[in-house]
Amino acid sequence: MSDTLLKVRDLKIGATVYPPGEKPHDIEIVHGVSFDLAPGKVLGLIGESGAGKSTIGLASMAYGRGGVEITGGEVWVNGRDIMKSSLGDVRNLRGGEVTYVSQSAAASFNPAKKIMDQVVEAAVEHKKFSRKEAEARARELFAKLGLPDPDNIGNRYPHQVSGGQLQRCMTALALCPEPDLVVFDEPTTALDVTTQIDVLMAIKEAIADTGVAALYITHDLAVVAQVSDDIMVLRMGDTVEYGNTDQIINNPQEEYTQALVSVRSIEHEEKQPTSEPVLSVDGITARYKGLNFDVLHNVNVELHPGQTLAVVGESGSGKSTLARVITGLLPPRDGEITFAGRKLSSDLAGRSREDLRELQMIYQMADVAMNPRQTVGTIIGRPLEFYFNMRGAEKHKRVVELLDEIELGEKFIDRYPAELSGGQKQRVCIARSLAAKPKMIICDEVTSALDPLVADGILKLLLDLQKIEDVAYLFITHDLATVRAISDSIAVMYQGRVVRYGPKSQVLSPPFDDYTDLLLSSVPEMHLGWLEEVVAHRKMESAGN
Amino acid sequence: MIKNIPLSALIGLIFTGAYFFVAIAAPLIAPYGMAEVVGDVWEPASSKHLLGTDNIGRDLLTRMIYGGRTTIFIAAAATLLSFLTGTSLGLLAAVLGGWADQALSRTVDLIMSIPSLILALVILAIVPVTVPILILVMGLLDATRPYRLSRSVAVDINVMDYVEAAKLRGEGRAWIIFREILPNALSPLVAEFGLRFIFMVLFISTLSFLGLGVQPPLADWGGIVKENKDGIVYGIGAALYPAVAIATLAISVNLVADWVLNRTTSLKGGRG
Repeated sequence: MSDTLLKVRDLKIGATVYPPGEKPHDIEIVHGVSFDLAPGKVLGLIGESGAGKSTIGLASMAYGRGGVEITGGEVWVNGRDIMKSSLGDVRNLRGGEVTYVSQSAAASFNPAKKIMDQVVEAAVEHKKFSRKEAEARARELFAKLGLPDPDNIGNRYPHQVSGGQLQRCMTALALCPEPDLVVFDEPTTALDVTTQIDVLMAIKEAIADTGVAALYITHDLAVVAQVSDDIMVLRMGDTVEYGNTDQIINNPQEEYTQALVSVRSIEHEEKQPTSEPVLSVDGITARYKGLNFDVLHNVNVELHPGQTLAVVGESGSGKSTLARVITGLLPPRDGEITFAGRKLSSDLAGRSREDLRELQMIYQMADVAMNPRQTVGTIIGRPLEFYFNMRGAEKHKRVVELLDEIELGEKFIDRYPAELSGGQKQRVCIARSLAAKPKMIICDEVTSALDPLVADGILKLLLDLQKIEDVAYLFITHDLATVRAISDSIAVMYQGRVVRYGPKSQVLSPPFDDYTDLLLSSVPEMHLGWLEEVVAHRKMESAGN
Repeated sequence: MIKNIPLSALIGLIFTGAYFFVAIAAPLIAPYGMAEVVGDVWEPASSKHLLGTDNIGRDLLTRMIYGGRTTIFIAAAATLLSFLTGTSLGLLAAVLGGWADQALSRTVDLIMSIPSLILALVILAIVPVTVPILILVMGLLDATRPYRLSRSVAVDINVMDYVEAAKLRGEGRAWIIFREILPNALSPLVAEFGLRFIFMVLFISTLSFLGLGVQPPLADWGGIVKENKDGIVYGIGAALYPAVAIATLAISVNLVADWVLNRTTSLKGGRG
């Protein structure tokens, strides 16, 4: 059994669902998945949310999340069928032979205990090492993972290190008991792109150095292409395609895989700025109540009618704050905003109904942006009623028109938000803002919470609607692929300042300033060896300095 | 939906329904007049007087039925009043925030820091005790609790994106309170309503027992305990019947409230 470490055969996983208004019943969420993993190899599991990838990952530890049950198939680890093992054997397996790295390290670490105590716990508990040996090994791993001050970082509490560092600590935690297999469940998804690249490199090197095998679960094909030997593409609990990384990326056989590889293939030609901008932001400086520093420093941007301005930056760069200032939720300390030729009142209360109507907003989390107790018809119909005084049949007709425009159709009119999928919810939010016939819509990370293919659909819809309705978008995002796809001009923000601003072609072509260069080079690209190239390029640069 | 009612809720519904029916139809059901003296003092139960007679020879069953009518009516009216004032002020405070919220909340804290029974006794000692005054005093004193609950729930809802979206649309305060926040705050309020109603029953019974509640010859459950308490020394159980009535009413109302809570927390019909 030396050639396969993990052998999964015809794995079937079921769950009980509680649909509203119906009797609870059992469904199957993974329908017979099989794969092999040799020691020291990395298998990437990729798919959209609901594809069953995390469930399969956890099943390799013989674990099912609440309500989930492994209903059939075999899982062999090191030559033993763990589905038939006793609870005690499974307990030895978990945290000893097979370990787990979760998506949110911040939520997985116990905030009340020091990092070192948690990192060595499994190794000591499983009697693999004495406490002293385990601590020595942990320090070694900290150094290997590129954490600062590896000798002492273990004495800190989880909140005293950054998100990227904590994710690396979690990797150290998983590697500490010298497992044979590590399950990585979206380990870099919650991180900024510039942080993600460091964590990714650290994980890749640690895997290579320790010779551990890994299951790498993610929704981002470009990321998984960098770390894995084989890739399995999953969809709705079925294997779509399974092959080595080179074949999947460069020669995908299945239509679905091809769609995943070619995602963000939207072509959008840059429009020339017109004479009169619809929105101009002049020297905005803003801070939140109770803070003694400014979150925005002298921000100047312009948006032309029917065009898209993308505001890009990492979390904390002030891009959402800019949206709050423009909408009037946060009056700025200095500067002014001109919208459609009028000076906007800095405060929401001072704006006319016309101002409010022409400036709409779409949110990141569509499910909290809609009142869960209102139907789709009410949600879309309210702006019609409120701004245009539409009632009865007239309103109904317009709501149906809007539903058709967002490609949902009349049958959705009586549904509640809870009965919609993520992409459908975001479409309803788009319809709600379009109902007001706005001149401009602020889109705050509207695709970040969605699967790539669904996000693609939303972006296409937004571009189509822009052509029809001639509406301008202020598009806030951290995702540079999205920016490339839809923008006419770009503002790059860093620590509350606009560090680069101009038409798309100009912003995305060299010479770059340092930050834009870092940001652009950190976006994972869909070809093998990209990670090494970037890291080598950076090392060369720093050696040159 | 009716066939999905769980057994506990069904029991609760039957008992609550029975109590309210008896309360409304009291003059039709009661075998004798409310203040009519029909027998000896503390007669034991017989076919003529199913529960016996009270301390001055009135039929105890009749007194219980009329007493239930008074108690349930006053408690229900006071609970409604307390929820109307408390919830609207609480939601308003959550939406307004800032100084208005501080002023309202600290005033409510001030009222809550004085035991409401003592405050009620002081107030009722200086004003004439009539039924409308009782409802007013009880309802307003108890409004602090729905205020606290609705405010704390609404503060959380007020920062949701859909409320922000409504504000950005330019909606007025009334729409935000009644159409965006209230429907989402209803579940805990419904549960609290059942609980507060029972506390109101206890409150009015306590006041009557102390002599500052419902005034004789009007019957109410607390008053019946007061009138018959001396009988316990002689082994007469007349004072215990109101206690049984209060306990069964309390349990059944809460069974119903639990069920309503279950149904309203999930959208489009609950899981039973």
